Amino acid sequence: MIKRNIKVLVVEDSLSTRSMIRSIIEDMGEEYNVFEAQNGFEALKILPTENFKLIVTDINMPDINGLELINFLRTTPRYKNTPVIIVSTEKTEKDIQRGLALGAEAYITKPFKPEELQNTINRVLNR
Amino acid sequence: MSSKKEEFISEAEEILNNAQEYLLNLQDNLEDPLPDDINALFRCFHTLKGISGLFGYESLQKLSHTLENLLDDIRLGKHPVNEPTISFLFKNIDIIRNMISNPEEYNDISTLLSEIEEFRKSPPVDVSDESAIATISEEILKVLSEYEEHRLKENIKKGKSIYSIKTTYPLTDFDNELRTLTERIKTMGELISTLPTSEDIPEGHIGFSLLLATTKSEEEIKKELGLPTTVIYAKKKEIPHREPAALKDTPGTGTEKSLKSVTTTVRVDIEKIDNILSSIGELALIKGAISRIENELIDYFGHSSLIFDVHRINQTLSRRIVELQSLVLEIRMVPIGQIFARLGQIVRRYSRETNKQVQLHIYGEETEIDKFIAEEVIDPLMHIVRNSIDHGIEDREERLSKGKPEIASITLKAYQKGNHVVIDVTDDGRGIDTEKIRQKAIEKGLIKPEEQLTQSELIDLIFQPGFSTKDSVSEISGRGVGMDVVRNKISSVGGFVEIKTEPQKFTSFSLTLPITLAIIKALIIEVGKYTMALPMTSISETILVDKEAIQSIEGNPVYNLRGEPLPLIYLNEYFEASSDAEKSQYIVVAGVGSKKVGLVIDDILRSEDIVIKSLGEYLKEIKGFAGAAEIGKHDVVLVVDVESIIEETIRKQGKLTYSNV
Repeated sequence: MIKRNIKVLVVEDSLSTRSMIRSIIEDMGEEYNVFEAQNGFEALKILPTENFKLIVTDINMPDINGLELINFLRTTPRYKNTPVIIVSTEKTEKDIQRGLALGAEAYITKPFKPEELQNTINRVLNR
Repeated sequence: MSSKKEEFISEAEEILNNAQEYLLNLQDNLEDPLPDDINALFRCFHTLKGISGLFGYESLQKLSHTLENLLDDIRLGKHPVNEPTISFLFKNIDIIRNMISNPEEYNDISTLLSEIEEFRKSPPVDVSDESAIATISEEILKVLSEYEEHRLKENIKKGKSIYSIKTTYPLTDFDNELRTLTERIKTMGELISTLPTSEDIPEGHIGFSLLLATTKSEEEIKKELGLPTTVIYAKKKEIPHREPAALKDTPGTGTEKSLKSVTTTVRVDIEKIDNILSSIGELALIKGAISRIENELIDYFGHSSLIFDVHRINQTLSRRIVELQSLVLEIRMVPIGQIFARLGQIVRRYSRETNKQVQLHIYGEETEIDKFIAEEVIDPLMHIVRNSIDHGIEDREERLSKGKPEIASITLKAYQKGNHVVIDVTDDGRGIDTEKIRQKAIEKGLIKPEEQLTQSELIDLIFQPGFSTKDSVSEISGRGVGMDVVRNKISSVGGFVEIKTEPQKFTSFSLTLPITLAIIKALIIEVGKYTMALPMTSISETILVDKEAIQSIEGNPVYNLRGEPLPLIYLNEYFEASSDAEKSQYIVVAGVGSKKVGLVIDDILRSEDIVIKSLGEYLKEIKGFAGAAEIGKHDVVLVVDVESIIEETIRKQGKLTYSNV
């Protein structure tokens, strides 16, 4: 039996984008186990419950935004080294720059092709 | 339609409805638009763009993308929020709606796109200077999104002070506590950002720094919240205290943001619920078969404890089936408030377009109705509301000269009445001018000049196809549908429309609708040699009569029902089925008010719960039937469509009421 041991947290407030990202990641192999959070609040609740190998987050979300989440991850010892991929729009270039400055590993802009996300994930996880 | 596509359409519609709501809020507060509304609107287009891309709607994706850019400019203060902007966005929402239903019409959207780009470039707003936030430390700025940074600048520009409020909660239930705190903070000013932190926080806890922009002083904040507060930016001079924007009356926004509504509801295609219902219907048939076997066993073997066991279990099965049925029916029910909210948007929007001030009153929004019926009646209701604003409600000067309140009112009221839900739409406008209707009807050749009609018969004429009293088709109510379409739509779900009006005082449209279409009680009747089902929802009583008791007026059969003449329709003649009834027949009294008729049938067999199935495309044209249903031991019968038979008879005979008996 394959262990579903690559746990990924997807933080995104749009239901359809979220489920689309989930299925793209699940297509990468059975070892991927995707968890969903629809905003920063939920992400903060789920984070301590699992050992995530990767976090994929949107930036523009109400209340706690992606940047604030990244800052939290980078300043908390437990999540300090958990890679983060930003999924955002090319419009928010300034936001993406800030996200990378805060310590996100990579970004990808919407709309994207499934392979783009998969390649980015492979790149981030294999290094 | 594929389920993916349906999912897309329903999500897109929800987004557009929200967008419209935010746009109306903005329109109501043009002097001081709420940043939350602008941001929410931005997010609507943002999400729409995202999902249309995912589902492969390329044109829609491009269009919402361009609109998102415009909204982004607006929320970052680069484009003004004013009446032209609002109308421009309304217009584009309409275009998007159309695009979703008719994507093939929008292969080339380059003109639409350049129009938006053009609009974006129109009057530029001076971009705020950077000096104001120069004093804010990079530590704070680095986690703000561009939008939050803009809000920070705006608040500083308006002379607000910025505070950072710190709090710590246990990890287990921080979300509720934080949400409560957030709501409280929002009453004091604008909450710019919420930054979670784990630095210097005990194990199992989580800390937050909340950035608040407000006119209040540091002491006031500390006193009110009792939390450590640091001044990030202090306002330079005292400005007159004004109510913080977040305190403005925006009912519902609190609950809209609640996570609960998102996580405890599921969206299900109504077809799936119907499938469950028809399975339950089959269970009921099995139950019937078990009863039959039980009786046969008693006949063969007499009573025994084993047979009694079967009987007991069958009873339990029967109760469970009824329970299951009502549970599933409940799923189909939605509060009518959902429809009223959409009508509210229409009222606000059209009252603006026509420059008539209208106050909307809503009662009974918690009344529940079948989702399918709700969707079917929304268009007719919209049409009635538009009609009221357009034809019924007078303009300001006229109202004042009549001594009426300057602001007109439209009342939407829903309530349950037996097996029906009644929706009343009442306006306090000029009422319906029956003399005008009369002249128009003569002009159109619908009635003869010498014909004497009662008030209600005259009013009823507006339901005739192609009837409209306004000479020039107005921009609002003249959008392709007439009142005849309204009536047809309502009767297609087994309901009916009535109008009450008083000149210069009010007009009231009353829609009576069945609560559900899914499972209905029906009389199983005999007409000639045929067995049929007659929905109980359309019936008020049944009478066994002697043939001699049926009289005739002007060549039409009537029955004297408690002193009132009841026009009769022989169903066997209507369906061209020979009748073998010799002496007595049944009259089933159907319809209400001026449209009450007696349907003459041969026999009533029993009553039964039925699930109506559509006759399908092939048999769609057959008149007088609402569908088919399975009854008893796998027999299929046709279900009589009472409303359409009444309508058809009225059309043929001209009228149904008789003034002298």
